[in-house]
Amino acid sequence: MLLNSKDFLEIKQLTVPEIELILSTAESLKEISQRDIKKVPTLRGKTIINLFYEVSTRTRTSFEIAGKRMSADVVNISTNSSSVLKGEGLKDTACNLEAMKPDIIVIRHPAPGAPHMLASLLDCSVINAGDGAHEHPTQAMLDLLTIREKKGDIAGLQVAIVGDITHSRVARSNIWALTKMGAKVTVVGPKTLIPPYIEQLGVSVSYRLAEVIPKADVLMILRIQLERQHGGFFPSLREYSKLFGLNLEKLKAAKTDVLIMHPGPINRGVELDPEVADGPYSVILEQVTNGLAVRMALIYLLLGGVDI
Amino acid sequence: MKLLICGGRVIDPAQGLDRVLDVLVEKGRIAQLSPDIDPPTGAKLIPAQGKLVVPGLIDMHTHLREPGREDKETISSGTKAAVNGGITSVACMANTNPVNDNQAVTEFIYSQARKTGHCNVYVVGSVTQGQQGKLLVEMGELKATGAVAYSDDGCSVKNTEVMRRALEYASMLDMLVICHCQDADLAPQGVMHEGLISTMLGLEGMPALAEETMLARDISLAALTGARLHIAHVSTAGSVELIRQAKARGIKLSAEATPHHFSLTHEVVRNFDTNTKVNPPLRTAEDVAAIIEGLKDGTIDVIASDHAPHTSAEKEAEYNYAPFGIIGLETLLPLSLTRLVHSKAMPLMDVIARLTINPARILSLDKGTLNVGAEADITIIDLDKRFKLDIAGFKSKSKNSPFQGAELQGLPVLTLVGGKLNTSEY
Amino acid sequence: MDKAAVDKALEHISRQIIQQHKGIDNLGLVGIRTKGRYLAQLIASRIKQHQGVELPVGTIDTSLYRDDVSVTPNRPILCTTQVPFAVADKKVILVDDVLYTGRTIRAALDALMDLGRSRAIELAVLIDRGHRELPIKADYVGCEIPTTVDETIKLIIDEGLKHYKVVKLKDPTAKKW
Ligand SMILES: [Zn+2]
Repeated sequence: MLLNSKDFLEIKQLTVPEIELILSTAESLKEISQRDIKKVPTLRGKTIINLFYEVSTRTRTSFEIAGKRMSADVVNISTNSSSVLKGEGLKDTACNLEAMKPDIIVIRHPAPGAPHMLASLLDCSVINAGDGAHEHPTQAMLDLLTIREKKGDIAGLQVAIVGDITHSRVARSNIWALTKMGAKVTVVGPKTLIPPYIEQLGVSVSYRLAEVIPKADVLMILRIQLERQHGGFFPSLREYSKLFGLNLEKLKAAKTDVLIMHPGPINRGVELDPEVADGPYSVILEQVTNGLAVRMALIYLLLGGVDI
Repeated sequence: MKLLICGGRVIDPAQGLDRVLDVLVEKGRIAQLSPDIDPPTGAKLIPAQGKLVVPGLIDMHTHLREPGREDKETISSGTKAAVNGGITSVACMANTNPVNDNQAVTEFIYSQARKTGHCNVYVVGSVTQGQQGKLLVEMGELKATGAVAYSDDGCSVKNTEVMRRALEYASMLDMLVICHCQDADLAPQGVMHEGLISTMLGLEGMPALAEETMLARDISLAALTGARLHIAHVSTAGSVELIRQAKARGIKLSAEATPHHFSLTHEVVRNFDTNTKVNPPLRTAEDVAAIIEGLKDGTIDVIASDHAPHTSAEKEAEYNYAPFGIIGLETLLPLSLTRLVHSKAMPLMDVIARLTINPARILSLDKGTLNVGAEADITIIDLDKRFKLDIAGFKSKSKNSPFQGAELQGLPVLTLVGGKLNTSEY
Repeated sequence: MDKAAVDKALEHISRQIIQQHKGIDNLGLVGIRTKGRYLAQLIASRIKQHQGVELPVGTIDTSLYRDDVSVTPNRPILCTTQVPFAVADKKVILVDDVLYTGRTIRAALDALMDLGRSRAIELAVLIDRGHRELPIKADYVGCEIPTTVDETIKLIIDEGLKHYKVVKLKDPTAKKW
């Protein structure tokens, strides 16, 4: 059993068996991180380049540790898009990196489709670590893994994704992932941050968090980008927090086994109150742990394997 | 030099003509048009049996890039591409570098076209200085230098007051103003049509609304000022309806559509191919159907290419960073024939009219007909020839087209510009 | 090899283990992947019958320790490495179904060592089919079956450990690697 592509670019085109394979492989690999010696030699001599055009310490570190636990050599290239715009184009950068014969390039980029462009130019595998508002497929995989661990089966669950859906790659990847696995997804947020035709992706839309909370099995809270306020998408953070932030008071209406998830980093007191983030329903740290396992699984599945 | 084009099916919408005739060309002009002309001594015979003989096509919306971006296209290469595509006259837009907002640039383009051009070139000057939307260009002076219209194509004149003055002034000169209707505030970072696909891809959308609100404003201004207004590259169903209503109210208005806007939808953006990035963007199937309907009922008068060459280095970029635009001179005719004629959407005569006499009348050019005495701009077409498009053979300097490999039917085989022969290669 | 023959071989291995270790103090069994674990469980239950003591049984997946990652296009679904006893200072007996090139055992040794420093490691296999590529020898062998390289030997066993047999297949696609 293999993934169908040399690259891992989006959940959109993934099949359910592929998702299952990644999840079960990740589950098997979790054990390695619990050992004293947290390293297996399987990818000795393989090179992974983390090419990050946006600052993201969490995701980059997660990929870096994932590679290192599998004994791959991991190189980080961090840059920001402004220096890239005036300097070398992505195509030139890609060709330069290819000349160094990496096995995987992990790319984070502010422009949707940048990983696709890289993948079409290069022979090596490309993993999308987030491309603009398009997709963040490893985030969705780690969210699936976390939900499956806590809830057993994903099919039939009611999942609410709350926040800025328009600009969220996490929302898009999770909508694909959750609907493929049979969950019922509701996106919740101010009307100005719900993109047009989103219902055609098989989700419901709500503008009232209070109506969604009681029936949700999972509340996936998105980070609100503070600069959206200045884009005129909502009047103030204060009002956003009042209408769409999750606090203990609102959570009283929730199911007793509800899961609170957040892709991080959290704006405490804006979209999520500290008591909720650190409370008993929160699985935010499990998400981080599972992120490592999912990324190890992907790296392993993309780079050759064995048949016994 | 005498030329006799024998046995072709002559279609000249200006005269309502569609029959098998011989065409005699003498001294660069059409000398005779009748059945079975006896070849004069020394005349070169051009057999055209089974072919269409139509007036040379006129593309009223091209970007030749010279002066300023000769790496993308020059007047020489652009006009060569035009002729290869069966086009004998082009009107070139003002967004060169420097912007064509003065006599010197207009003169330069005309002199360059005389020296290096392969077809007739007509110059469109800008509406405002530097296309900045603030101060009017010297419209009278530009007209005297030979400009055929004014346009800030690429964007709209944002300030309504400035646009009003521009239309008033242009109408005083009886000159045409061509509008690229788009409210920039409604699509500041947009790179594609706002709809299901933009939502799926996370790309910033350009709503149909951005075109329609600006179009509604410009129609009101045209009604107020009595100016002649031409709407460039109509892309939405709502725009077609607005123009239809405005024309019914008697407002002096004409409009054009491009082959890509009646051939492709936003679905093709799915793979992030930057050759699908155009402005206005590719829209929905309903919009495509409405544009074809508009072309059919005469709401849309003209088919134009919006030929916008860009280097491959610029287009081989992230979708957000790639420039808008695709080349179109060499696909204008094949796409029009395939999507409109062979699909039975429109009669052949009407399609030819939108490529010849209609743009000639809108630009007040003495062109676009095969009347005896007219300059011999003639395009000979193989209407039924099926072929697979290969951009490698195009004469344009740039290769940015989403139609590579498309299966098309109907292409130009021979073009006469003022009686001078050119063979098309596809 | 039918079920009776497999049972006979397992009985042979179990008795040898008991004999060799003069009892079963400080001993643990670790099966290689799923089939190895099933065999280890069968051996443990036989030893329990004889000695009345239940040996701890674990599983390791050798996939992550193979020397041929990316040489082959296929890979099995990973199974979780799960050794529920501390291997440090224990004597560990690795259990596998078929001993062939020895490369799996090499990988298993590495995997086991990453889990801790065992007192000693031994190897028990149901079948030795020959064709070694590494200097590895089993301490306990249920049965030797001579084979050619284009054959494969397969243990077929169900999860309930009720039905099992060994079959020999002609495998024209089998590559020697
Ligand atoms: Zn335009």
